[in-house]
Amino acid sequence: MMSGTVTDNNTPTATKPEDLAGQVLDLDEDDDLEVFSKDATFMDGSSFNSPMPTSPGSMVNQYKFEEEEEVPDTKDIFVTVDKPESHVTAIETFITYRVLTKTSRSEFDSSEYEVRRRYQDFLWLKGKLEETHPTLIVHPLPEKFVMKGMMERFSDDFVETRKRALHKFLNRIADHPVLSCSEDFKIFLTAEELGTHKKQGPGFLSRIGDTVRAVAASVRGVRTRPEEFIAIQDYVEAFSQKMTSLDKVTQRIIKEQKEYSEELGEGSPVYTKWSDIEDELMVPLKLMASCLDRCHRESEEQVLQLSNSLLPTLHEYVLCTDTLKAVLRRRDNIQAELEAKTETLAGKKTEAEAEVESKVLSLAWDSLVGKDPDEVRQQRQQKLKGEMKEIKEEIDKMDDRLEWANNALKADWNRWQERMRADLRSVFNRTAEKNVEYYEKCLAVWESFLLSQKTEDSEGDNILDS
Amino acid sequence: MMADTGSEDVAVIGNTDQTPSELQNNIKNTMVEKGGTLLKGLEISVAEAEKRTGKNAVSIQETYTVYLIETRAVDNVSEVANPTPDSLWRRYSEFEIFRNYLLVTYPFVVVPPLPEKRAEFVWHKLSADNMDPDFVERRRVGLENFLLRVASHPVLSNDKIFYSFLTQEQGWKEVVFETGFQAKADSRLKALNATFRVKNPDKRFAEMKHYGDELQSVISQLLRVRARVADRLYGVYKVHGNYGRVFSEWSAIEKEMGDGLQSAGHHMDAYAASIDDILEEEEHYADQLKEYLFYTEALRAVCRKHELCQFELEMAAQDLISKKQQREELATGTVRTFSLKGMTSKLFGQETPEQRETKLKTLETQIEEGEEMVKERTAECDEFVKNAWEDIERFREQKDRDLKEALISYAIMQISMCKKGIQVWNNAKECFSKM
Repeated sequence: MMSGTVTDNNTPTATKPEDLAGQVLDLDEDDDLEVFSKDATFMDGSSFNSPMPTSPGSMVNQYKFEEEEEVPDTKDIFVTVDKPESHVTAIETFITYRVLTKTSRSEFDSSEYEVRRRYQDFLWLKGKLEETHPTLIVHPLPEKFVMKGMMERFSDDFVETRKRALHKFLNRIADHPVLSCSEDFKIFLTAEELGTHKKQGPGFLSRIGDTVRAVAASVRGVRTRPEEFIAIQDYVEAFSQKMTSLDKVTQRIIKEQKEYSEELGEGSPVYTKWSDIEDELMVPLKLMASCLDRCHRESEEQVLQLSNSLLPTLHEYVLCTDTLKAVLRRRDNIQAELEAKTETLAGKKTEAEAEVESKVLSLAWDSLVGKDPDEVRQQRQQKLKGEMKEIKEEIDKMDDRLEWANNALKADWNRWQERMRADLRSVFNRTAEKNVEYYEKCLAVWESFLLSQKTEDSEGDNILDS
Repeated sequence: MMADTGSEDVAVIGNTDQTPSELQNNIKNTMVEKGGTLLKGLEISVAEAEKRTGKNAVSIQETYTVYLIETRAVDNVSEVANPTPDSLWRRYSEFEIFRNYLLVTYPFVVVPPLPEKRAEFVWHKLSADNMDPDFVERRRVGLENFLLRVASHPVLSNDKIFYSFLTQEQGWKEVVFETGFQAKADSRLKALNATFRVKNPDKRFAEMKHYGDELQSVISQLLRVRARVADRLYGVYKVHGNYGRVFSEWSAIEKEMGDGLQSAGHHMDAYAASIDDILEEEEHYADQLKEYLFYTEALRAVCRKHELCQFELEMAAQDLISKKQQREELATGTVRTFSLKGMTSKLFGQETPEQRETKLKTLETQIEEGEEMVKERTAECDEFVKNAWEDIERFREQKDRDLKEALISYAIMQISMCKKGIQVWNNAKECFSKM
């Protein structure tokens, strides 16, 4: 008779999140994040003209994570990406970014450059770098599209996030001892118009040829991958899974936090409404409303940190694993090609040895067509010897190439690991800091509430003895 | 005869270890102190709840819960409670009967509400099932609260049926039904009718009724929002548990980062687990709001009773006036009001003087009775207004006090939650920096 007020069995969400109670979150069901990111070029340049890398030790020290971080004294090139602008043509709309370079390096004619680049241009640069340095680890670009994702293509958030990612991309290259010396990088930073440069380089057909060889090589597979690369492969697999999981978990947290923040905000006006019908309680209720409102705003800020800092970094490392896998593949291909060539050589040798014992049938034929069997044999031997010599030369070159590639990869791998550690340590640290800040601000809000109530209510002393 | 120790009388509240916050204790203690006429020297508690099965009135097997009411006489001199309590079991429906009795017997009192019959304003974790142990526990606390409210009420605490309810195991139901309270209850229809047709209710009661409506609306909204907020907050914390799991797995493939990740993962697990306690305490705040939500119904009941009283007074007064008018007409022979009798007498002939004489006599008696009735009803009405307004004032003060303390306890809870959050994330931060 008395408790019969509003019957409101509140089941707010259709899906009861039973799985959240400490159990495994079924992340694989989360289809919301179909993402296209496949711009991994599969080039296997046979021309090979990069300088030898310096020792791993010197590579390790060049850290630079964000704008705010410390800059080591050795840095002689500074690149920034900013000022996104929208361009509308008859065919399309696109965004360009300003790329500003300040450098004291002698290879650069001037000490300052300012150019505008669009996403396509960055893609080109990445492709060229990978072509020239197949086993170096190039930092990933932000994705081309985000399907069903959290942002639209031209929304401010999207552009801002992409801009930051592009900035990071260029800076990682600038910090890399080998990549920063790349001619393509220089062109990217300095050329007014990239169009002409894009058209140069290996022709279409030769690129097709490269791709075919590469596919063939990958199909053939590697005989014996060296231990250390197996280890790296395994690690990359596992790491990829973990990053993907963390990415999804973080997205889920952001979603829940946003909804929490919204609901929190809804409480404030109700307390205000309540305060309007009360006398004694008017002041504390109004105060309550304002406290809730402030907490609501702090909560919104906290989410920003997650979505602008933590999430993009985690996502970058998801993309990194694709890069790593591609690098390992390319290394494998180089080895596979070498192995194939070695096989060919062995085949030729067998052929040559077989030639020593004449084959009755071929001799018979030769004499039929009036050729001197000895001469023919000699000719064939010469030919084979010549071929074998050629192949042997090629093998030597490929051997060198493989050794170089392996070393480059090993060194860059160490470098990458250090950088990854530093990046993730830093971003998780900052997230934890921001969370502490959030709670501290809310704490202050509620403590001020208590304080004001205490001073009003002289006999409230016993309440605060906790 | 016990010495009157006045306001220093403090009845000890049972089951303090059950109340989640020190503040709820304070509310109870205040109840006791300000209540004044507490059942002196009696300690009351609802100590336990138990499931029973049995055959009900129509011989159908049912499962229900019973609650153990314990009472202990407090020795006023030494203020030590008798170690062995008297106790008896009651079920929720008996509490309902008792409360209905109070409503009928003391219509001028804002009668304390019972805890809700069914779980409302739930967020997903709480079961809406009446048999759910959490629900039963909160109901137990609510029932105890109800008894203490009654025991600290200046009027209600003296009721004999109340004492019976607390102490008489057998035959209580017969006793309460014997009071005939069920017959005395005003019909809903009568009350509704009065509400519509009353002409001059006391303005203060009209305002109170309106306030009751608005308070009900606002608290309902608040409870809905709170339930949604609780649900979301639960989500946020629990998803962090997944960080714990992934960090732990990840640490297995790392060398230098392994330890840092592993311990950070543990902190994430702790963070995720901490929400359960936090929300349980918050549930307490919701219960306090709910009590006042249900109180608004009692408040409205008092206002309605006033309207009924006033209406009946107005009816009696109206009746008196019309009778007096009839007398006048009869005496002077003028027909001022249209009446069927008058018309028919005109049509079919006048009455004889003897008939008129009898009529007049009857009217006189009726008028006398009517005047008595008006006097009575006026007195009743005034008495009601006086008592009711006194209780409403008392209720208002109680509400202001209780709700203010509820807000403060909410702030304290938030502070505790923030402090825990700061600790966890500082710990996590340390682990991260070791990565």
